[in-house]
Amino acid sequence: MFNLIKDTLISQVVTLWRVLLHMFVKADTVEYPDEMPYMFPRWRGRIILSRDPDGEERCVACNLCAVACPVDCIALQKTEDEEGRWYPEFFRINFSRCIMCGFCEEACPTNAIQLTPDFEMAEYERQDMVWEKEDLLISGTGKYHDYNFYKVAGKKIGGKDKGEAQNEAVPVNVRSLLP
Amino acid sequence: MAKVVIDGVTYEVNPDNNLLQECLSQGLDLPYFCWHPCMGSVGACRQCAIKQYRDADDKNGMLVMACMTPATDGAIISIDDEQAKSFRASVIESLMISHPHDCPVCEEGGECHLQDMTLMSGHNYRRYDKKKVTHRNQYLGPFLNHEMNRCITCYRCVRYYDDYAGGTDLSAQASHHHVYFGRHEEGVLESEFSGNLVEVCPTGVFTDKAFSQHYSRKWDLQTAPSVCVGCSVGCNTAPGERYGTLRRIVNRYNNEVNGYFLCDRGRFGFDFVNNEGRLRDAVKQQGDTSQALSGEQVQSVINEFKTGKTIGIGSPRASNESNFALRALVGEDNFYAGYSDTEHEATQLILQLAKDKAFHSPSIREIEQADAIVILGEDVTNVAPRIALALRQSVRNKALELASNSRIPQWQDAAVRELAQHDRSPLSILSTYVSRLDDVASDRVVDTLQNLAGIAYAVANTIASQSPSSSDVPTEHASVIEKIAAQLQAAKRPLLIAGSTSGNLELIKAAANIARALQQQKSTAVDLCLLVPEVNSLGMGMLTTAENKLGRALAKLQDGSATQAIVLENDLYRRAPQATVDAALEKADKLLVLDQLGTATTAKADYVLPTTAFSEHEASYINYEGRAQLSFQVHRCHSGAMPAWSWLGAEQVDEFDALVNRCASEAKGFSNLSKILPDPASFIAGMKVPRQSHRYSGRTAMKANINVHEPKQAEDPGSVMSFSMEGIPAQKDADVLASSWAPGWNSNQSISKFQDEVNGELKQGHPGTLLITRETAAAGYFDPADSSVSPSANELQVSLAYQIFGSDELSAKSNSVQQRMTDAFIGLSPEDAQARELSQGDTVKLGTTESNAVVCIRTGIKSGSAVIYCGDGQVNPTELPQCIEITKSGEQNLLRGIEGLIVSDLLEEDY
Repeated sequence: MFNLIKDTLISQVVTLWRVLLHMFVKADTVEYPDEMPYMFPRWRGRIILSRDPDGEERCVACNLCAVACPVDCIALQKTEDEEGRWYPEFFRINFSRCIMCGFCEEACPTNAIQLTPDFEMAEYERQDMVWEKEDLLISGTGKYHDYNFYKVAGKKIGGKDKGEAQNEAVPVNVRSLLP
Repeated sequence: MAKVVIDGVTYEVNPDNNLLQECLSQGLDLPYFCWHPCMGSVGACRQCAIKQYRDADDKNGMLVMACMTPATDGAIISIDDEQAKSFRASVIESLMISHPHDCPVCEEGGECHLQDMTLMSGHNYRRYDKKKVTHRNQYLGPFLNHEMNRCITCYRCVRYYDDYAGGTDLSAQASHHHVYFGRHEEGVLESEFSGNLVEVCPTGVFTDKAFSQHYSRKWDLQTAPSVCVGCSVGCNTAPGERYGTLRRIVNRYNNEVNGYFLCDRGRFGFDFVNNEGRLRDAVKQQGDTSQALSGEQVQSVINEFKTGKTIGIGSPRASNESNFALRALVGEDNFYAGYSDTEHEATQLILQLAKDKAFHSPSIREIEQADAIVILGEDVTNVAPRIALALRQSVRNKALELASNSRIPQWQDAAVRELAQHDRSPLSILSTYVSRLDDVASDRVVDTLQNLAGIAYAVANTIASQSPSSSDVPTEHASVIEKIAAQLQAAKRPLLIAGSTSGNLELIKAAANIARALQQQKSTAVDLCLLVPEVNSLGMGMLTTAENKLGRALAKLQDGSATQAIVLENDLYRRAPQATVDAALEKADKLLVLDQLGTATTAKADYVLPTTAFSEHEASYINYEGRAQLSFQVHRCHSGAMPAWSWLGAEQVDEFDALVNRCASEAKGFSNLSKILPDPASFIAGMKVPRQSHRYSGRTAMKANINVHEPKQAEDPGSVMSFSMEGIPAQKDADVLASSWAPGWNSNQSISKFQDEVNGELKQGHPGTLLITRETAAAGYFDPADSSVSPSANELQVSLAYQIFGSDELSAKSNSVQQRMTDAFIGLSPEDAQARELSQGDTVKLGTTESNAVVCIRTGIKSGSAVIYCGDGQVNPTELPQCIEITKSGEQNLLRGIEGLIVSDLLEEDY
């Protein structure tokens, strides 16, 4: 009998006591939407496409985000400007399929695609959850401020000639025999 | 067989090969760059280092390059040895020192041998902090992009381009770590096989320019095994589609046919599939108005054609099934050949010779084994380009023989070439003008077709005196005749090449006589390669009776004995004189034309039905050797187009197999056709082969802009392949290999994982089925016909020329190919040009025809003769007389000129 009381009743009383104590603890929840919760910078929410420090599109349409995506909700097509810079002709994310896993951000070699703390993406029409490049592209650098892929990569684009990327020597003169 | 111990496991290997090749044959992973299965070893990159031990007691061993070490019996080696591994890691680290960190914007990314090998060797961080060497790129023409920064100096490009393909305008320049691979100055890469650099280069120095303009990664391309429709060789291809358009074509390995390489027409000539001018809807045309037809209306139109006096005109560029369906609809007697009458005669003769036991029709692999070759009147490089590449290998048989005499292994590429220098197996070219193979030819005879035939008859006569000789042989050729006869008799595997594109039957007969004369001496079948111009010239020829020429069909329409005509994928204005076609079509009550693109013939039609292009339907074609090959559907057609056989009511769209079986049982000579169909029993649990790779991306977003609710995956009930990622991919057990991929091997080099040994048969593929069985006992020699032509004082004797870019009707609609095309031209000798006061680039009117051509003066043309290239339908070859008078024309209505013409690498200043 004593054991029964010890195993059940005391436990219940303790539980009641603890619940009672919570009445005097500050609430974790907030009165959303009157009060906005603090979102951590690395929260995996709405996906954006960022620009490099020079204000150009960071995305080079390499397709790595699309192939990393476990639900295949990213589709894009590469195109190129007259001077050889790659960028997406279209870039589409179907957010009604997106699971916010952040694989695309991890796969991105140029820090173009980033997940942001914004989570307010509800729509009445599912069709409205299909976002195109115009909807995704922001005007800033997002979370990563300094990286500029074309300043590192040895591909010539407008405004950056061969030999002008990071750690590059001037182009070789093929006709020269000097060491 | 030799026994080799690799990491403690004993393997049976071929002692004639090197260790790298044998390791790959055994399915082991060993990184390499400079070695290529088709090009042997030079030991340049040092990437395939392994440990070799003297004997079982040797615990230290020594590092050797696997590609430079023969697989001798009893060898003990280790790939996994720590020292070998760290050596390989340091080699790749040095190779990557100046690599430009641009994989995301590189077209090779995702199918890059360098990426694979870097990962395999374990290099992942660049420790070297000095500056990277950079290079300027070159403009290399409409086909290839150049990005020299990515080069790792493995020398594969120049070894392929110069040594293998015989090009002269790509070279290694500069020295030490400044080595540069490019042309001496910017400009179009001249070789017809330059596109293979895309696949030969282990990284992204040479990439496909047309593909780059609408680029997708390899894993995103929907791919199926296909067959090139550019010429009669039937190279195996793997076209890739994304977002509804065909993006590129890459090689698909077939050890019997194309091996590892394609020509540039095949690789870059697919763009007509995406052409804006593709026919989209079934229409009825009346005057200038056209009215769309519904499915029932089309059915009633077809029914109208089923009754009444209907004839059908087939097409050498349509599949066996479409030609057969038309023949089944109109009846065998009313089915007519869809090419010119001379070509029909030649094709019928070729088919007759194909049944003769005295001859053997060599595959490309067999052509590469020939050690004495005579080409009679054919411009192989421009008619069947892939064969020209094979001929460049066969002239090396002399070098291989010298090497084996000196006990040098055949894979020791540099040593074999060094030893042989310019010693080559004999290749004699008898043609009416200079050819692109002249630089490897031992003898070149440039003369008129009649004289060439005379020479060939004389060669046959020299070999066997029973073979009749022709009377008109110019005496100046006596020594050449002796020489060629002696070379052919001395050869182990002689090869004769002739065909129907020269337009001269005598040359085919003379080639047969030579082959027969040789066969009687050697008493084994002799290789006789007879070329036809188009992808299914032979297939259509087999379905047509000898009497049913196009000329007869047109005559029947004109005299009213036929009132309705169905024309299958064919522009009759390229096949018969314009006046004849006009007259016939005027008389016809009803004309139904099925085609992919609008032509002069579709413009005259009462009904036009749009048909699918090669990548949009399953089809079989018969190549020059009589090999039937199956080409799968790559992607769906989104317009109203259907396969021609489906329009013609043969079978439902999903009953392709039934149609093939019907064709095999009903059409004479096609009884083996069913063998090309994959065996449904070999598919595990009835699962299909996916056309999409396991990494295919964007399925839930590709069409989300149209409707967020994804459509059901397209079904393909009639095929063993599916339009999806699901099923049994080839890396498991599927019978069909679309695109090769193996773990760790994302590039095309993964093909070694699918071969039973390197350069061997595919485990999962189908080399095709030879349809024509040789039954007839050896017939007698042909007698030379008297075909002497006597031009009057002002006339020139005409022969036809072809161009790799332009002579094929469909590939000539491709954007990149168009940039390499020239206008119709007339080749003249300097004397003839001078006598007529013509200079290079002038426009002349051709005889009584309405056509103009650009003057092209070459010393490699006999005076008194003219070589006419017809351009892309600019000149109608059937309107040209045997002898022609030319007059200077004031008109300058030609588009392109002849600046892009590349005649021969050899002695360019002479031509």
